Amino acid sequence: MSRLTEANVIVAKEIIGRYPKARSATIPLLHLSQQQNGYVTNEAMVHIAELVGATSAQILGSATFYEMFKFEPVGKYLLNICGTMSCALMGAEDLIRHAEQKLGVRVGGTSADGMVTLERAECQAACTEAPCLQANYRFRYRMTPEALDTFIDDLVAGRLDGEIPPHGTVARVRQHIPAERGVGVFAPDAVESAPLWVSTAAATTEAPK
Amino acid sequence: MSTYPWAVGYIDDGDRPKVVTSRFHLEDSYTLERFLATGGYEGLKSALGRPPTAVHDDVKAATVLGRGGAGFPAGTKWGLTPQGVWPRYLVVNGDESEPGTYKDRLLMERDPHQLIEGCLIAAYAAGLSQCFLYIRGEMALAQERVATALNEAYAAGYVGKNILGTDFSIDIVMHWGAGAYVVGEETALIESLEGNRGEPRLKPPFFPAAVGLYGRPTIVNNVETLANLPWLMVNGPAAYTAIGTATSPGTRMVAVSGHVNRPGVYEIINGTTTFRDLIYGDEFCQGIRDGNELKAFVPGGGSAPWFIPEQLDLPFEGKLIGAAGSMLGSGAIIVMDHTTDIPAAALTLTRFYAQESCGQCTPCREGGTWLERVLHRVVEGLGTHADLDQMFEIGESICPGTFPHAASTELGLAAAPFPYKMTTICFVGPSAYAPVHSALTLFRSEFEAKIVERKRIPVSAETVGAH
Repeated sequence: MSRLTEANVIVAKEIIGRYPKARSATIPLLHLSQQQNGYVTNEAMVHIAELVGATSAQILGSATFYEMFKFEPVGKYLLNICGTMSCALMGAEDLIRHAEQKLGVRVGGTSADGMVTLERAECQAACTEAPCLQANYRFRYRMTPEALDTFIDDLVAGRLDGEIPPHGTVARVRQHIPAERGVGVFAPDAVESAPLWVSTAAATTEAPK
Repeated sequence: MSTYPWAVGYIDDGDRPKVVTSRFHLEDSYTLERFLATGGYEGLKSALGRPPTAVHDDVKAATVLGRGGAGFPAGTKWGLTPQGVWPRYLVVNGDESEPGTYKDRLLMERDPHQLIEGCLIAAYAAGLSQCFLYIRGEMALAQERVATALNEAYAAGYVGKNILGTDFSIDIVMHWGAGAYVVGEETALIESLEGNRGEPRLKPPFFPAAVGLYGRPTIVNNVETLANLPWLMVNGPAAYTAIGTATSPGTRMVAVSGHVNRPGVYEIINGTTTFRDLIYGDEFCQGIRDGNELKAFVPGGGSAPWFIPEQLDLPFEGKLIGAAGSMLGSGAIIVMDHTTDIPAAALTLTRFYAQESCGQCTPCREGGTWLERVLHRVVEGLGTHADLDQMFEIGESICPGTFPHAASTELGLAAAPFPYKMTTICFVGPSAYAPVHSALTLFRSEFEAKIVERKRIPVSAETVGAH
């Protein structure tokens, strides 16, 4: 059962409700399904297609464009070591080689215990703290091979569970727009006039003429 | 104290005005409580007390240049929406991923309310009826901070219906991506926000201000650009233009990375701060590591043509940098010392752009990939002299004509100014070529050395698999 659960359908509908067109919720819903299942399943894509009013092929087409979506199971932790220029200048290649040896896999592989999938990532916007990495999108800065060993040991032993959720969960906080405070959405075609504050201001400034 | 464990990378040494980083020294700067205690939402109140057109005029008068890469003035961009066409949308570009760039993530993590306030000011001035704040998928903490801040701001009446009791109403919706560099291009960002593959749209129209999200006029602004607005509203355009120069007013956040003693993110004075100040200055990076010599630096993110020590005294001013053969881009400086293997360094960038090509335009998809392959074999010591010319030829198919490059007295080269011609829809293709072109033009001998060093592989006469 890898369609979205009932609880997640409620979350999905709240997300869809924030956009003038439901299709806009595609990426957030793919994330939601990945949070539920650890990766994006075919059944989830079919379900998302139903929810946003697209074909499952359209959802697959969108999903495969984005690197964060995985279409087969990965480790509990996705270890992304940055290999772009600033990190490369500060020793990222050595770090990646070291991680391969430590985990016993090549880049792209998952350790035998199923805990860590190793990837070479592109620039992570922490260039001053090179070489850097992310584990399930949580940063570690200015890494050394020794620090990497300790970090992987801590991850696998569950000592970082409070900080780093399992793969699939990115942000742990969701936006909620309270019904009484939200403006709500309108179909783009249903709006023909300027927003109230613009038309009121224009009327006020033009009135004395 | 000049560094803070909660704002890793940020350094505020020296006595410079702070427009966007004024709260970074506070550990709880991301909370509504601290934001309100330090002048938060005062810029919004000031804006709401005046007609939208007056607020727009202030932004135009201050010449707030876009901080995302192109450097287009925000006030002018807002004015490009077609008359009488509604609704109009605001899309915030928080998809920071240009190699070397590290500023928008800090602004979202450390001061999310400042960004929200900036969004509100922009929406009020330009008559935008809904705002989508697009945050890069990999930025988990930024997403958590912005989501929390939005929840707080809604509850306190700063976002949503009838903001602060006025008839200004707007929803700000947090959206998050899923890993694709090209989505930082504004039309690709809009495609992605519509739920599609993040492929840039054909131009013209050149600006989403004409046709954008859902086919409606849409303003796409960078995070740092919007973060400037609260300060501008409180202090006025005269105070803003008093910082920096007439053509490049205000401050800018820049990240200096690579082989310097103190890599960091600095809020610098726009227009006057030079690369020498940044790389060698006591307030900034304090020189090259281990007392080494500077060999080259990337002045404006991975897409920018490279500079050499000859360009150190150029200030952070767009037109001057353009004339000198590069661009300021997204405020990212990557420094290489004399120990750097230049062809290998260029390869890390070309690999990035080849990998991140969306595949839409043939010159980028094929050209970027071939540039990477050819450069890779040169770096591995398996290249030929013909490969070097081949890389220029491939580059010509992406960017016909003269490609910008820096001047070099040693090589007898005059600068070739920005911009370039391109055969692709967006800048990813040319960006794959920029590092190759710079490295080959300024350091050709290093490539040739790799070819001279090529080892002959002995050929065995034995038949493989004969036994």
